Amino acid sequence: MAYVAIADQVQELHDPTTFIRKYIWSQDHKVIAIQYGITATAVGLLALVLSGLMRLQLGFPDTFSFIDPVNYYQFITMHGMIMVIYLLTALFLGGFGNYLIPLQLGARDMVFPYMNMLSYWIYLLAVLVLVASFFIPGGPTGAGWTLYPPQAILPGTPGADGGILLMLVSLIIFIVAFTMGGLNYVTTVLQARTRGMTLMRMPLTVWGIFTATDLGLLAFPALLVSGVMMTLDRVLGTSFFMPAVVSMGEQLDYAGGSPVLFQHLFWFFGHPEVYIVALPAFGIVSDLLSTHARKNIFGYRMMVWAIVAIGGLSFVVWAHHMYVSGMNPYFGFFFATTTLIIAIPTAIKVYNWTLTLWRGNIHLRVPMLFAIGFIFTFVHGGLTGLFLGNVIVDIPLSDTYFVVGHFHMVMGVAPLMVVFGAIYHWYPKMTGKMFNETLGKIHFWVTFLGTYFIYLPMHYLGFLGVPRRYFALGNTEFLPDSVQSLNASITVSALIVGSVQLIFLYNLISSLFKGKPAGPNPWGATTLEWQTPDTPPTHGNWGPALPGCYRWAYDYSVPGAEWDFLPQNFPPEGATIDSDGIVRSTDGTPA
Amino acid sequence: MALAVVLILLVVGSVVFHFWSPWWFPPIASNWGTIDDTIILTFWVTGIVFIAVNLFMAVALIRYRAREGQKAAYEPENKKLELWLTIVTGVGVVAMLAPGLFVWANFVQVPEGAAEFEALGQQWHWSFRLPGKDGVMGTSEIAFVSQQNPFGLTPDDPDAQDDLLIEGDPLHLLIDQPVKMLLRSKDVLHDFAVPQFRVKMDLVPGMVTYAWLTPTAIGRFEILCEELCGIAHHAMRSLVVVDDQASYDAWAETLPTFAETMAAVPGDAAAGEALYPVCGACHGAQGEGIQLLNSPKLSGQEDWYLKRQIINYKQGRRGTHQDDLFGRQMAPMAATLFDEGAIDNVIAYIGTLPDTPAEATVTGDVERGERLYEICGICHGVNGQGNWGVSAPQQAGMSDWYMVTQLKNFQRDIRGGHPHDAFGRQMAAMAKILGDDEAINDVVAYINTLQ
Amino acid sequence: MDRSWETPGIPEDVQADGAIPTTPSAKIGLGFFLAVVTSMFSLFTVAYIMRMEYADWQSLPDPGLLWLNTIMLILSSVAMHRAKRAALRGEVRGVRTGLIISGVLSFAFLAGQLLAWRHLNAAGYFIANNPANAFFYVITGLHGLHLLGGLWVWGKTITKVGRGLEVRDLSLSVELCTTYWHYLLLVWLVLFGLLLST
Repeated sequence: MAYVAIADQVQELHDPTTFIRKYIWSQDHKVIAIQYGITATAVGLLALVLSGLMRLQLGFPDTFSFIDPVNYYQFITMHGMIMVIYLLTALFLGGFGNYLIPLQLGARDMVFPYMNMLSYWIYLLAVLVLVASFFIPGGPTGAGWTLYPPQAILPGTPGADGGILLMLVSLIIFIVAFTMGGLNYVTTVLQARTRGMTLMRMPLTVWGIFTATDLGLLAFPALLVSGVMMTLDRVLGTSFFMPAVVSMGEQLDYAGGSPVLFQHLFWFFGHPEVYIVALPAFGIVSDLLSTHARKNIFGYRMMVWAIVAIGGLSFVVWAHHMYVSGMNPYFGFFFATTTLIIAIPTAIKVYNWTLTLWRGNIHLRVPMLFAIGFIFTFVHGGLTGLFLGNVIVDIPLSDTYFVVGHFHMVMGVAPLMVVFGAIYHWYPKMTGKMFNETLGKIHFWVTFLGTYFIYLPMHYLGFLGVPRRYFALGNTEFLPDSVQSLNASITVSALIVGSVQLIFLYNLISSLFKGKPAGPNPWGATTLEWQTPDTPPTHGNWGPALPGCYRWAYDYSVPGAEWDFLPQNFPPEGATIDSDGIVRSTDGTPA
Repeated sequence: MALAVVLILLVVGSVVFHFWSPWWFPPIASNWGTIDDTIILTFWVTGIVFIAVNLFMAVALIRYRAREGQKAAYEPENKKLELWLTIVTGVGVVAMLAPGLFVWANFVQVPEGAAEFEALGQQWHWSFRLPGKDGVMGTSEIAFVSQQNPFGLTPDDPDAQDDLLIEGDPLHLLIDQPVKMLLRSKDVLHDFAVPQFRVKMDLVPGMVTYAWLTPTAIGRFEILCEELCGIAHHAMRSLVVVDDQASYDAWAETLPTFAETMAAVPGDAAAGEALYPVCGACHGAQGEGIQLLNSPKLSGQEDWYLKRQIINYKQGRRGTHQDDLFGRQMAPMAATLFDEGAIDNVIAYIGTLPDTPAEATVTGDVERGERLYEICGICHGVNGQGNWGVSAPQQAGMSDWYMVTQLKNFQRDIRGGHPHDAFGRQMAAMAKILGDDEAINDVVAYINTLQ
Repeated sequence: MDRSWETPGIPEDVQADGAIPTTPSAKIGLGFFLAVVTSMFSLFTVAYIMRMEYADWQSLPDPGLLWLNTIMLILSSVAMHRAKRAALRGEVRGVRTGLIISGVLSFAFLAGQLLAWRHLNAAGYFIANNPANAFFYVITGLHGLHLLGGLWVWGKTITKVGRGLEVRDLSLSVELCTTYWHYLLLVWLVLFGLLLST
């Protein structure tokens, strides 16, 4: 891949004039990013409410008559699916990917703007189909987000009639939308980098999103394949995944299919999916840490290598989700080994983040608080992953609350810390306004401490042997009564954390109107998006000329430099940086 | 600064919580102490990393917090340091992985001379099978599953004939005897888990999975399903009792063989008629039930259900709770049916009685009841007709006041509280969903509308 | 991986401001799309092979019609290739002829596939009877859908030809179509081989 690509000339930019072309049927990557962001947040709020409802049941069983096993299982299923796919995947790639890739690479837009727009609208359709399943007879599916057959399509599971079909259809639509967006992101990264923006000068944010998109493009087909086959099993009575069964005393017309085959396909998608969420978070947090510590990211080359290595390895570890699935137990040796090998590049990333802080000049602004919060929660979630990845250690812990604690820590809380940090970090660029710092700090402290109080005890429930996905524990002889008090306190924490997100939303909305003007580069950051002539950036991003890229993305505190940061468009022959953090030629004109 | 202090407090707090909280593994009751050892080992390795990384970060936050005139270092990389960190991490990984794989090799390899049992899962209960005297389990096929042959064993397989069947009762295991569990499912995925044994494995329809263990402690342990299997997943429980040789042998004596269950003759209604007057005194000559005597309607109820309940009474699984006044009256009456033949006969006679729907006595909000019944109907049938496949008795046309009493009893574990009453336990877990007495009335009022 | 922090400035091998990327983005995009499709068909193939291991697998008879269909798809690919060569030489007529022949043969292939489905159905090989049948219908169906998608782009290209566009404005579309057609032919040959060998 030679770094000759300059996309400025080949693009046809539609300069929209009407409101509708500008904000609704827009082909501008920034508008599409915000559309993705708002939709994902909205559906994410729904998933948050669902988690609150299920926590009410777990914390105070037999208290709320409106929660029964049917809707309880519908809540957990929809909560999981929405959070993983429709919120995190869509937000990181559709939201941040769309917003940041062209801006950080110095491009005017994505290379296929029209397809980019379609991607959003198809994603919205997927969301609508998903939400529609709440309003059909029988309601949404309650098969758990893993949708394991035979259960998912048999009576005895909520939504086995229509809910599961709408879920599968929605997923298939989502995959189409994702593929359209994803092709755009990777092609843009390869084709539309401004002159001088070599691959090894790209910010880690772009590296993370680029690699995650590659994973998504190769992994989502597995979900598509299993979704198509399950749909046929359900609708046409094929037996891809369906063995002969007696369901509720009735012999069904299936024979010979393999439920384990579905699990292999599902996790061949499902494990890379973890990194589809994690890698953008890794990338973004690296940039937040570096910017707010005023220090270059430590071991940039190692960081890039680690992102790529983790991405590659993520395709050969999937069966560690299946140690107790009844697959050939000899697979356990292989998958335990590959899984623990992933710990090495992951650990290197953690070391390098902390080493970036070391000898830095750390400003604990709100985005930085969340970045540190990410490291803490990710370390916790990553280390508990070593329990579950090591096949024999997994056996007593799998399907218990240890698993719930682990994956919420590592792919719920940790990536959300980055989402919040990133929103606070780029909010001034997206809106031109500064958010309310105090509200931001309240949001951080409650979320950070609250989530730890939720998920740390869950690991110990797991050691006790409390199974996950139980509507109620009932009388379980070996569980002490204190389990119930623990569950109640977890619920209280969860409700507090859930409600504090309203403060976050309030902050975002009210700062739009009341926030102080932020200026183009409030953090003194080096990457190109902070150098746009307008804030927020307008259509086409860069005015008449694209910025050049003269250096890597982490020239903070360069010895001998006048400023503690040198943006990527700061030419080697020298220039000045004005009080807004914008690079100017020595004669005062834009660089 | 505050953040650094909080990070340190969280690290210290987590360590304190780990060592001093009361929540930890239930005491082990199998040979898999090595699993516990690998977990402890993993805890030490990961714990050290957790403490080291976070304390390092906290110190960095304190030492290098932004100060006027301070400039950060410029340090793109440090190959030597990165190499060392990689090596140390690699060593830590190997330290966890190698012993883990060693134990896993043990897990995969079942020792020679291990006994066998089969756990058969279905929505939402457990059954078990032992190979019998010949030590070989018969083959099975889903197509053979029927009311008489719930295990789906091949009827003419000689190996199957002496297989011992356990339905609804706890499984017993012999202490210190290595045992291989063969796991089979009739419908969906389930998971056989006993937390004290540490091992667990999924049941997958269409295949037989396995795991093995040696029980090392006498006692009674709970079997849980740990793979989501539908709305009553949490109610899918059973028990495993670890016995010494004498009690184990005594228990095995009582088990029916497959051949016996297949050879069972239907009851003789004529012979049953002679026995019935004892029942009829309270339940009415036509089995119509008499509310004044707190005796529910029998006619129209499914035979397998009546039989199970009479046996439950006889064996003390029902009618022994001190608050179960009417059940305690029934228990001595059930005892008068001296053997299984007598039970079958009297039930056969009840089957000949006319099934006129019982009079409605309970009123409630039928509309709300209909919503609540959605869950009940999954097992009991949308028309309350009952379903032997999931051991759910008929409700439509039965004594409504009785259902109210029983739902209340279930909710308070007066019924279904006996550890050996597996189906009752399951219903107890489900009855609690209804919450208050009003909901019970509503749902029963709805059942009254069913035909 | 270079030490990108050591050498500020524009690397020497980067062309001057205003350079055009050496490869059109559409080609790169198509390349990635084909990777996605490859992932999908490979997973089907793996699932097919894994599912074959089970006892109830009963292979389908190989309908002779599929050989004819295969030949049509090969010829269609060849015609597409000729259209591309013509585009490179700047001959509109050659482009038009190649596109039309290729399109007609592709539709013939699809019709042939449908006919093969009907024959199998008539012979009692329904989709739900046996996993081998199910895989056959699903895999051929998805392959056909992909070809149909290709034909949509083909339709847009042929309209451009009809509108009398210059060859140089057509050549990228023709080139992309050709790549896609060759790719789908390759996929078909692999799938057909798989179906034949089992």
